[in-house]
This record gives sequence, C-alpha cells and structure tokens, in this order.
Amino acid sequence: MKIVVCVKYVPDAAAHRKFNADYTVDRVGVDGMLSELDEYAVEEALKIRDADESGEAQVAVLTMGPDIARAAILKSLQMGADSGVHIIDEAIHGSDSVATSLVLAEAVKRQGAEIVLCGMASTDGSMSVIPAMLAERLGMPQVTFASEVTVEGDTVRVRRDGDAATEIIEATTPLVLSVTDQANEPRYPSFKGIMAAKKKPVEELTLADLGIAEGDVGLEASWTRVEAYAERPPRSAGTIVTDEDGAGADQLVEFLAAQKFI
Amino acid sequence: MSEILVLVDHVEGAVRKTTAELLTIARRLGEPAAVFFGSEIDTAREALKHYGAERIYVLDSADLTDHLVAPKAEALAQLVETQQPAAVLISSNAEGKEIAGRLSIKTSSGLITDAVDVQAGDGGVTTTQSVFAGGYTVTSTVTKGTPIVTVKPNAVTPQPTEGAAAEEAVDVEISAAAKTARIVERRQRAATGRPELNEAAIVVSGGRGTGGDFDAVEAFADALGAAVGASRAAVDAGWYPHAYQVGQTGKTVSPQLYVAAGISGAIQHRAGMQTSKTIVAINKDAESPIFELVDFGVVGDLHRVLKSATEKALARRS
Repeated sequence: MKIVVCVKYVPDAAAHRKFNADYTVDRVGVDGMLSELDEYAVEEALKIRDADESGEAQVAVLTMGPDIARAAILKSLQMGADSGVHIIDEAIHGSDSVATSLVLAEAVKRQGAEIVLCGMASTDGSMSVIPAMLAERLGMPQVTFASEVTVEGDTVRVRRDGDAATEIIEATTPLVLSVTDQANEPRYPSFKGIMAAKKKPVEELTLADLGIAEGDVGLEASWTRVEAYAERPPRSAGTIVTDEDGAGADQLVEFLAAQKFI
Repeated sequence: MSEILVLVDHVEGAVRKTTAELLTIARRLGEPAAVFFGSEIDTAREALKHYGAERIYVLDSADLTDHLVAPKAEALAQLVETQQPAAVLISSNAEGKEIAGRLSIKTSSGLITDAVDVQAGDGGVTTTQSVFAGGYTVTSTVTKGTPIVTVKPNAVTPQPTEGAAAEEAVDVEISAAAKTARIVERRQRAATGRPELNEAAIVVSGGRGTGGDFDAVEAFADALGAAVGASRAAVDAGWYPHAYQVGQTGKTVSPQLYVAAGISGAIQHRAGMQTSKTIVAINKDAESPIFELVDFGVVGDLHRVLKSATEKALARRS
C-alpha cells in the first residue's frame, strides 16, 4: 500500500505574518514550519503503514513551494515517513487553491497512491478545500475531517464530527482522507528518526515533469484577485480590574449592563 | 436581475440562521434563489420565504443525503449550468466549504471562502475576509466563472422580507462516481437548549483555568442567553466536547460579546475569537495575553467572579 501525505510549509502563526508586494503570503521572510495540522496527517499515515500486515506499505510526503518548503518534508521524514517529493518551480508562486490542487493531483497520479492523506486545513490560508478538490480531480472518494480512522483491507471507515451531527463514512481505496487534530497524537521525531531522515530520498520535480503548463498555475492563473489588504488595528486597551472583596463581579456586571448585554 | 443561488443549510428542515444571513446578502447582489437538498421542504418553506427567497429549487434525492459532499457539488454544478446565476453563496462550515471547493473545479469558477462581508462589485462580488487569526482584512474579487463564496456566520444581521418563494422541483442525475463515500450512520448531536456556538450573539468560554469545572461558565452563559465554548486546552483535557472548541481547529466565532474565562489567549484560541465585537476576560494571571485583547478584564478567580456575576445578572433581569 502506498500512502501519499500532502503537507504544507507555512509561516509560523506565532510570528508576525506578512504579505508580499503582490499580495501573496510571505513564506520566505518569516520563520516557517510544517503546518501543525499536517502533523496529524503524517501521524495517521505512519499508523496505517505500521498496522499494514504486508509490511510493504510506504509513506511518501508531498509538498510544493519554494526551496525553504523542504523543511516541511524533512520534519515529516524525521517523524518516520519513507520518502519525499518536492515540487519546486518559480511559476508556482502565487498559486491559489485551484492551481495547488491541480499540481498536487498530478503529482499524486505520478506517484500512485491507495490513500492520499491531508490535514484538515493549513494554518495560514485555512480554507480546508484542498482535500475535496483533490478528490474531485482524482475521481476518488472523499472521506474528510476524520476524527477517527479505521482501515480494514481496502475499506476505510471514519468518524466525522459535523456541525449538527456525527457521521460514520465508509469508502474503498483509492481515496482521499483528511484528518482533524482529534484523530491522533503526532509523535515527536526521535534522535534516531532525525538521523535517519538525512538519508531518506527526496525527489525534486518541476511543473514540466508533471506535464503542467506554467500558465495554468501561479498568481496570473488565479481565478480570484486580492484587491487590497489592511492590517487590523490593534484593539485599544481595555479596562482591567483586579477582583478584591468580590468587587470584580460588580464591575463586570456594570460593564455588561452599560453595553446592553444584560 | 440575475439569480443568486443560496445553498440552504438546515437540520431536518429547520433552516439555520446562516441561511437567513446568506439570503439577506443575496438581495444585495441579485435575486435570491434558495437551493434546498432533502425531503423536509415543508418545514423549511416559511423561513426561506420570510427571508426573501424569490425561488426555491428543491432537490429531493437520497443520493444527495446518503453520500458525503460529492453529490451535492454535482447537483449544484448542474443548477449553475442551467440557471446561470450571478453568484453562489454557501455557509462557511466544513461541508459548505468542501461543496464550494468541488463546485469551483467543476464549473471553472473562482472560489472565496470564509467571507465576513460580500458586496456587489467587479465580476459580481467584492468580498472581505479576515485572515491570519484576524490580524488582517483582505478584499478580493472573482475573475473567472460564477463567483462561489462561502460566508461566515454573523456576517450580516438577517433582514426579513417576504419573497415570492416560487417552488421548483429539480430532478438531478448523480453519477456513480459521486456516490463512493457512503454515510453509513448519522447521529444528530443532542440539543443543549443553548444557542448554536457559531451563531450566538454571546459566547462564554472556559479554559484551563476552570480546572475542569464548567458549572460557573455554563451558569453565566445561561444568565446571558449565551452559547458555551471551550479552549483547546479544556477540550484536550477531556473537560468539554470538541464540538464546542473555539479556535483554529475548532469553531471560529464572531459574536457581539465573547467572554473568556480561565483562557490564556494562545494564538490558536485567538484565531477563533479575535473578531468578536466586545471581548471580556476573567483570569487569575494578570500577565495572560488574553488581556491584550479585552475591552474589559477581571484579574481574579473565575469561579468566584462568575458565580457572583451570574447572581447579579439574574437579579437585574428580574
């Protein structure tokens, strides 16, 4: 069984995230990392691989992005993935979700996969649409937002906790699976894992390798356009009181009443 | 005037508030046309009419409800093809965004997710999004196809206005390929009697500082008619169900009032509540980053403060 995990290199949410002059996300000038939510996808892939009785299951991690995005692959390899694929091409810069899903889908086809695994969202764009788009493009069943995953033979069964209901979804491989942060507890890379990762193969591919025309991706090919952005003004400093002798509750209720919440 | 398709979000025919919001937005852009999937249109009709739906397309097929996402996207794509709407509006929840994503590819149309505002503009719509944990607002337009926009709850106050609600049953052909992810079981979440978390005007959330005891948080929420939320720390500790988690990996809320009790205010949490209109926090630790966000903060024991505030709030009410 081959499992391909799609991962993303994102600017650290704790850093001061910025935009470039062309309104794309600055991925180079800000400290970055493997998107935290993708760690759950990598972990799930490792669990499925390790439970596979044939012993021949393999986990490949797939990313696209500038040179620096390789760090997302490296972290996944340190956790225990077997190999990496890095799609690196200047023409990719500024790609939206539509173009991203095109590139990832072509790369998945080239690799071949029984299970394509994704996180529930990236921590930067956080659209949550790539898994659905991949399923659409690959013509595979979509089992997404899984908070619990069971694999038996070629059947994958998941629990999806929706807004109003919990659903149990079942599908047969090959399929696209996305997992939430409830699905598992991602492992930390061990020292052995960190050393082993250095020797694991990482293939670099260009758009040409995937048979994708440059004009189909990137900022110019985007079907939406950012017109402007503005940094949200910092919230003005509020009133902070210290609760002494129960006065805090009085002051709180006064505040809420003045604001017409009570 | 062109139609604006609004995908109705409902639970067994009970139309959710977000749909009333979408219909209100749709009126700015064109003629609102509701798209209803399922067999409970009799329950939903009045609400759709009341919020201005001029047409209601009813697609009643088990194919749509027994399989995940793909059939709904396929059905919607067929409607986009036949009706040529000026835009498609969908609620910004997990399923809504996934339907929108597939529809975008099927119809070669630009997609914008998580809009907090939508106005008429170039190419049909101009959207506003709040990104990077509420740190920036971004305005965008769609440059290709039929604009597909998913809209967050509370983007607008629903404005009632009677629509014609002309009903049309639509037959859809769902391909075998769209029916490969089967919903084999569905359990509705038990009602709490409180407002829906992402629709509520007031949210009271508890975090690590509750120590696992949410009684004071729930009582204060009930005194204010609020929904109850929880931080990731509280959910990870098993103190409150994940369905109530506010934050990057839970729900994003944008209520009129957000009360954070015993929540430090990590970026993960802030991403889910930073755009709330008024923010109040109660925390023992005066150095908690949550106090940087607040309009009003109390440094103190949350159990004591909330218990007393609950009594005082109830006394004022009566």
